[in-house]
Amino acid sequence: MIYSFEISLLILLLMTAAGAIMVKDLISSVFILGFYSFLLTIVWAWLGAVDVAFVEAVVGAGLATVFFLMTLFGTHPKDTRIRRSAAPLVAFLGLPVLGLLLLYAAEDLPKFSDPQSPANVHVSTEYLKNSLRETDTPNVVTAVLMDYRAFDTLIETAVIFTAGIACALLLRRNQE
Amino acid sequence: MIHAHDSTIVRTMSRMLIPLIQLFALYVLFFGQFGPGGGFAGGVMLGTSLILGILVFGPDAPPCRLAKKVIHGDGIGLMIFVGVGGLCLIGGGEFLNYANLEMPWIDSDARRRSLGILLTQIGVAVDIAVTAISIVISLSLINGEEPHA
Repeated sequence: MIYSFEISLLILLLMTAAGAIMVKDLISSVFILGFYSFLLTIVWAWLGAVDVAFVEAVVGAGLATVFFLMTLFGTHPKDTRIRRSAAPLVAFLGLPVLGLLLLYAAEDLPKFSDPQSPANVHVSTEYLKNSLRETDTPNVVTAVLMDYRAFDTLIETAVIFTAGIACALLLRRNQE
Repeated sequence: MIHAHDSTIVRTMSRMLIPLIQLFALYVLFFGQFGPGGGFAGGVMLGTSLILGILVFGPDAPPCRLAKKVIHGDGIGLMIFVGVGGLCLIGGGEFLNYANLEMPWIDSDARRRSLGILLTQIGVAVDIAVTAISIVISLSLINGEEPHA
């Protein structure tokens, strides 16, 4: 285990996440968010989820940044400084307690890459064993996404289509 | 609010990079069955290459005019996806059960499923690419200024 690598990555993730919230200039915030996505890409790739890492890099660090920037430039670029009130006392006291509770609950999570964990004994073994024979597709992730779970992907595609239509309806209302 | 970029470096680099991005996007799309990638990533990259063209070359250049034509095809990707499912119904099976995708030149269920995965991935990629471009065109109209094509 390369604990130093993990811990420095985790600290960087927390720092960029906090920075994206706390920075006053929204354009800087957008770029910090892009860097956060880039770090998350490294985390996914390091966990072995290369497909997720790919999509995170392309969507999170690429496309979302462009959308945020275009929104900021389209609204009032002068008005990028916002004022926040101080956090209430409840947050200062409650959030650490919540964090401790989550850490306590994390004790019961199955160990990463444990072959006997519930996620690894249910259907994923079937996918790994049979997907190449059944679908002629070496990439198991694609086989699951597009064949075994094709209905989910269909609805996801419909959701993305709806997002595009909603943007067009809201923002192109005054055209033509 | 989209204006052509006036830096020669940016314009030259974009002119060189856009075909490369598109080529890589197609590679990711069609190689998704054998390695990381697939419809989602490939579609976003296809859309992003055109978005780069829109942002760099401005509203009067070919990329933006192409994008304005492309966004009329919103929904074609979803229709490809649903159409593949419908073909499976016609073939005598359940919706999206690619084993019933009857094609005269394919004789095994596994190859039929492989073809179904490829076609639906193309559908997803088309849908996402068009949606990304459509959202960017919508966002460019926030100030109410039409990027005249």
